[in-house]
Amino acid sequence: METMDPPSSEGPILEARGLWKIFGDNPEQLFQSDLKDESKEKIQEETGLVIGLRDISFEVQKGEIFVLMGLSGSGKSTLIRNLIRLVDPTAGEIYISGKEICAMSGKELMAFRRRSTAMVFQAFGLLPHYSVLDNAAYALKIRGMPEAERNKIAMEAIKTVGLEGWEGYFPSSLSGGMQQRVGIARALAADPDIMLLDEPFSGLDPLIRRQMQDELIQLQSELHKTMIFVTHDLQEALKIADRIAIMQDGRIIQVGTPEEIISNPASDYVQEFVQDAYPATVLTAGTIMEDPEPVVYAWQGPRVAHALIHRSKREFAFVLDKHHKATGVLTHAAVNTLIKESREDISSAIITNFETCTPDMTVEELFPLATASPFPIAVIEEGGRLAGYIRNTTIIESMIQNGAEGEEDPHDA
Amino acid sequence: MLEFPKKLYIPLEKWIDAFMDWVLTNMAGIFDAIGGFILKILVIIEQTLLWLPWPVILLVIAAAAWRSMGKWWHGVIMAGLMFLVGVFGFWDDSMRTLAVVIASVGVSLFIGFPSGILMARNDRFEAFLQPVLDGMQTMPSFVYLIPAMMLFGLGKVPAVFATVIYAVPPVIRLTNVGIRGVPESVVEAARSYGASDRQLLFDVQLPLAFPSIMVGINQTTMMALAMVVIASMIGARGLGLEVLKAINRIEVGHGFTAGASIVFLAIVIDRISSGFARKQQKHLS
Repeated sequence: METMDPPSSEGPILEARGLWKIFGDNPEQLFQSDLKDESKEKIQEETGLVIGLRDISFEVQKGEIFVLMGLSGSGKSTLIRNLIRLVDPTAGEIYISGKEICAMSGKELMAFRRRSTAMVFQAFGLLPHYSVLDNAAYALKIRGMPEAERNKIAMEAIKTVGLEGWEGYFPSSLSGGMQQRVGIARALAADPDIMLLDEPFSGLDPLIRRQMQDELIQLQSELHKTMIFVTHDLQEALKIADRIAIMQDGRIIQVGTPEEIISNPASDYVQEFVQDAYPATVLTAGTIMEDPEPVVYAWQGPRVAHALIHRSKREFAFVLDKHHKATGVLTHAAVNTLIKESREDISSAIITNFETCTPDMTVEELFPLATASPFPIAVIEEGGRLAGYIRNTTIIESMIQNGAEGEEDPHDA
Repeated sequence: MLEFPKKLYIPLEKWIDAFMDWVLTNMAGIFDAIGGFILKILVIIEQTLLWLPWPVILLVIAAAAWRSMGKWWHGVIMAGLMFLVGVFGFWDDSMRTLAVVIASVGVSLFIGFPSGILMARNDRFEAFLQPVLDGMQTMPSFVYLIPAMMLFGLGKVPAVFATVIYAVPPVIRLTNVGIRGVPESVVEAARSYGASDRQLLFDVQLPLAFPSIMVGINQTTMMALAMVVIASMIGARGLGLEVLKAINRIEVGHGFTAGASIVFLAIVIDRISSGFARKQQKHLS
C-alpha cells in the first residue's frame, strides 16, 4: 500500500529463527538422525513423526502487513499459532518486541499475550454468551481493566469497524461478516504490538470477503498496525500484503513484495499459484503496453502520415507534439480522406478525445477506460512522454486468458 | 456339567466385610461428624418446608413453572398437581421427601461440579472415573442401603448418603461433557488473549457448559427422587414409607394414592428444572 509508512529503522518487531514443529513422540530424535533434510513423507515413514514446520526464519517490520500464504497443510496456521505458543514449537527462537517467547514461563507468556498480541480467527472465536460490546472488551476484561474504562475503549473499536448500534446484540444474531468485525474490534481494542489474523475472511462469502479486505486496507492506512495475516488465497495476499511469505510443506519457500512474488516466482509451486491469480489486479499497463510506433508529429503532412501508418500495417497512429506529448490519434481512414481532399495539414483529422493512463495502473483499473473509448489507451510516462499504447482487445484478452478458469470470484473481474 | 471349581473362589465378600468393620471401628468419629452435619441441614430444610403454609408453596411452584416453562397455565397445572398431593393426604410426607431430595441434590452438586470439572481437564482422570460412574449407576440401588445403614444408622442421613451415590453420576458426566463440548475456537481465542485457567473456566467454559450442566442437574434430581423412595426401607419418612406401608398391609388404595403423589411430585420437579435448562440452551445457540 502506497499510503503506508515505510518500516521503521529500529529493526524487526518480530523475528523467528530456525523454527521447527514436529508432531509425534520424542521429536528430538530427528535432530540427531540424518533424516532431517529428507522429505516429509520419508520422515513420517521412518520415524512416525509428522513435520509441521521446518527451519522457519523470517522477520516482520513494524507497521507492515506480513502475509503467510500457502495451501492447506503447508503449515501456515501452525506457524501463526507457534508465534504466541498456542502450539509450542519443537525448536527455534521467536523474538517479539525483543522478548524471547520460547523462553517464557506460563505466567510470563500469559502476561505477554495480554499486552502484546491479539488474534483474529477464521471461526471468529466470539463468546456466544457475551454481547458485542462485552466481546469487544474481552481482552481488556482479562487484563482486569475496570468495566467503565474498558467499555469506552471497546465502544471506540466497535465504531471503527462500523458496528455502532449493534453493541447490545449477541453474536448469534449477527451475520458472519459482522461477527468477524466484532473479532477485529476485539483485537483493535486490545491495542497490541502485533495483530495475528488466521484466515479471518476465509469463512465469509466472496462479496463480503472482498468488502472486508477493502475495509482492512482502509483501516490499516489510518492505524498502521503490524499484522501477520494467514491466507490460502493468493488474490487476497496480493491485495493486502506489504510482503508475502509463500509456504509449502512446512517451509517458507519465498518471501517478497507482491510485485516480486508475481514477477519472479521462485518455484513451480509459486508459478502455479501465479497462473491462478487474476492478472487484472497485478498486471500493470507498463507490462502489457505495446511499442508506440508508428508516431506522427503534428507538423507532418497527410502523405507522410499515410506512409508511416501504412508501412506499420496498423490502423492508426498517435500524434505527438514537439515535447513528445501525445495530443491525439490519427486513423488510417482519416488520412486517406485528407489525401483525397488534397489537404496539406493533418490537424483537422486529429481525434483528441482519447483515453490515457500511467504505466503503474492495473488492468482492473484500465477496464473502464477501455469501454469508454473505441481508440487505444495511451500510456503516458512521468513528464508526459508517450511510452506506449494498449489496445482494448489486449486488456480483455489478458483477463480472459488467465482469469477464466477455476476462479470463484467472478465479481472481481 | 462342569462345576466351577471351589478352589478358585475368592473371599472378596469377607474382605469387604472386614474392611467395613475396620472403617466402623476406626473412622466412626468422622462419619458421625459428617452425619451430624447432614442431619442439621436436613432438619432445617424439612422444618422450613413444613413450616411454610401450603398456599405459599403452591404459589412458589406456580411462579417457578410459569417462569421456566413460559405460559401462565403451566403454572396452574403444576400447582394443581401439588394440590392433588395435598388432597390425597400426603402433603407433609411429600415435603419430607422433598427435603431429602433437596439435601441429596445439594450434596451431589457439591461433589459433582468439582469432579466434572476435573474430569474435563484431565483425560486420565476421565478414563478412570468413566467406568466407576457406569458401575455406580448400574449397581442395584438397594445395595447402597447396606453400607449407608452401617455407617450412619437408620433414618434420613443414610438415605441422603445412598441417594447421593446413586444420583451423583449424571451431574458429573454432563459437567464433563458440557465443558469438553465448548467449541475449540472459543477456548483458543480466550487463551490467545491471555486468559488464565480460572478466567477460562468461569468466563468461558462453565457458562457455555451451563445448558448441559442443567440437564445433568435435572437428571440427578429425578434419580434422587427415585432413590429416596427406595431409601424409605432404611427408615426415611416420606412418600416412600407410605408405599412401603401399603405393601406390608396390602392396601391397594393407600399404595395407589401414595404412588400417584410420588409421580406428581416427580412431574413438577422435572418440568420446572428441565424448563430452566431449555431456556439456557435457547439463549446460547
